[in-house]
Amino acid sequence: MRIELEKRAKVSTLFSILSPFIAFLLTIVFGGIMFALLGKNPVMALYSFFVEPLSEVWSLHELAIKAAPLILIAVGLSVCFRSNNWNIGAEGQFIMGAIAGSILPVVFYDWQSPLVLPLMMLMGMLGGALFAAIPAFLKAHMNTNEILTSLMLVYVAQLFLDWLVRGPWRNPGGMNFPETRTFAVDAILPEMIASGRTHWGFAFAIIAAVLVWFMMRYTLKGFEISVLGQSERAGRFAGFSSRRMIWFSMLLSGAFAGLAGISEVSGAIQQLRPVISPGYGFTAIIVAFLGRLNPLGIVAAGLVLALTYLGGEAAQLSIGVSEKVTRVFQGLLLFFVLSCDTLIHYRIKLIFDRLTATTSEGSR
Amino acid sequence: MKKLLLVLASTTAAIGFATGASAQEKAKICFVYVGAKTDGGWTQAHDIGRQELEKALGDKIETQYLESVPEGPDAERAIERLARSGCGLIFTTSFGFMDATIKIAQKFPDVKFEHATGYKTAPNVATYNSRFYEGRYIQGQIAAKMSQKGVAGYIASFPIPEVVMGINSFVIGARSVNPDFKIKVVWANTWFDPGKEADAAKALVDQGVDILTQHTDTTAPMQVAAERGIKAFGQASDMIKAGPETQLTAIVDTWGAYYIKRTQAFLDGKWETTSSWDGLKDGILTMAPYTNMPDDVKKLAEETEAKIKSGELKPFTGPLKKQDGSEWLAAGASSDDGTLLGMNFYVEGVDDQLPK
Repeated sequence: MRIELEKRAKVSTLFSILSPFIAFLLTIVFGGIMFALLGKNPVMALYSFFVEPLSEVWSLHELAIKAAPLILIAVGLSVCFRSNNWNIGAEGQFIMGAIAGSILPVVFYDWQSPLVLPLMMLMGMLGGALFAAIPAFLKAHMNTNEILTSLMLVYVAQLFLDWLVRGPWRNPGGMNFPETRTFAVDAILPEMIASGRTHWGFAFAIIAAVLVWFMMRYTLKGFEISVLGQSERAGRFAGFSSRRMIWFSMLLSGAFAGLAGISEVSGAIQQLRPVISPGYGFTAIIVAFLGRLNPLGIVAAGLVLALTYLGGEAAQLSIGVSEKVTRVFQGLLLFFVLSCDTLIHYRIKLIFDRLTATTSEGSR
Repeated sequence: MKKLLLVLASTTAAIGFATGASAQEKAKICFVYVGAKTDGGWTQAHDIGRQELEKALGDKIETQYLESVPEGPDAERAIERLARSGCGLIFTTSFGFMDATIKIAQKFPDVKFEHATGYKTAPNVATYNSRFYEGRYIQGQIAAKMSQKGVAGYIASFPIPEVVMGINSFVIGARSVNPDFKIKVVWANTWFDPGKEADAAKALVDQGVDILTQHTDTTAPMQVAAERGIKAFGQASDMIKAGPETQLTAIVDTWGAYYIKRTQAFLDGKWETTSSWDGLKDGILTMAPYTNMPDDVKKLAEETEAKIKSGELKPFTGPLKKQDGSEWLAAGASSDDGTLLGMNFYVEGVDDQLPK
């Protein structure tokens, strides 16, 4: 006997809508059982995971801060993935964007002007896009596999940043510790509202999501992206160039990742350090698929994923579970969401193979 | 569906019991860890300190902690969460938490903070550190006695002063026994990565070192040393379990005494900003039992330890030259703490280029 996934002829609209809710219910049930087995009160645990982080203003701000880079990167990636270009190197583009954007506040720290911040953002986007141009060029003109090249460039970016903050960009007043000088006020992305730390990076993420949603839905470019993604051949007949699409999608997602990088550095960290991202570029891939590659879905997915991070911390404190348990719980949620989504498109089929059945019986 | 109802029903029953007694008067003392509390090294040492604190003052305080908190914006959030949840005194136990600690401390002037191994203080932020290098001097002497080849391997984390200081102290100690002693340094560029640390250890053994020491947090190098049949030193926690036949000694961070002292001051209302930098004599640093070595080496190590404790021996005492041969300390002169805390140069005898 073996199990196969068979594509469904028709996708149920009802269950497409219900699937996230079913997944959520399953997570609650199994998560509850897990907490109960650990001897923790499941209601308290679930409360601290999903409600506590939303119950205070400061915590909502933290949610926005955590979600912003995830959403911004994932929105760019959705364009890539939709057009069948697999940019796995957003983490590297995030870092290169942060580095390019930091040139002004770190190297030209004396120059203070209201122009600094917009220029930083532009240079951040440029840095990310240029770094994404490498795998784009290699794929468009050398036919290399962009999954490998973009992924490997992540390590290049990480080590480049590491070298910069330990070497040429090290803060002269920083006791030899590996970090750049802290940004001047002019170079810090301001807070959006007075009640907390949320900076404009969150606004960038939302604006980007709406713009890309509009593009995908109402413009010819959006149509081109989907057609080329589904069938390159069909796209060629329509006069679309898949080579140009490689460039377009890679540069766009690189620019978004770069903007996320410089926003995070300028808004949240305010200096460069050897490590500036806890893997946002990789987590964003999960966010993109959780949001079904739909920009508005990605906003929701980014917020939910950020919530599980914050909830994990809240749960550590309020019910005293270890950080590992909170990771398992996060895994449960992702597992159920993705498997429910899979089951919308596929059905599970058990195949009983007579021949092997008889031989295995004979051998017994 | 029935199952779900059952779970919900049983849990609502449970919640009734949970919200019973809560001790209001107990002060909350909180900790932020950079690693898992069971990492076998740095974070575990802090967590043992926390447990000792609970044992000593458990009737007046309760403790809470967040573990595996990444440095950066996440740290800021974690510290703020603790400050908001009613913690009176918060220990942030990694160098990378420094700026986050300072930022949150400005927001919560009534909460006291203690940051480990940093250099920034504020009216409500104290710093504390340990003179790890005192232990490294002893290790250096042992290494020079035990090594057949006169070369030790050193797995370093990041080229920050604390680590450079340790390398120098190890070399000065070793050269006090064997003036030709050499070390090979590998920069792992991580505090906590069993894979990378093991790779570094293997590379060093392949290059012919017969003693390993580490300034990273996992027991992986100790295990490699055990497999390859050479000797090694533990770091931060006693790692004898990872190498019963291998560990010579370990620098064991014993933060408990400091945590108890500072918490007591906090409870008495006598907490003040300080920059504390204690060592072997204050008990913040202890040496794991000297094992797997002949008696004469053990005796030397014990004597050196006693001399450091009494203040008779200071590892950074001249005559010492820098790596490039220039004069650093004249005979009999000892380095001041400021130079040590900003140390960015090697002493003579280190066979490595400091990453620039």
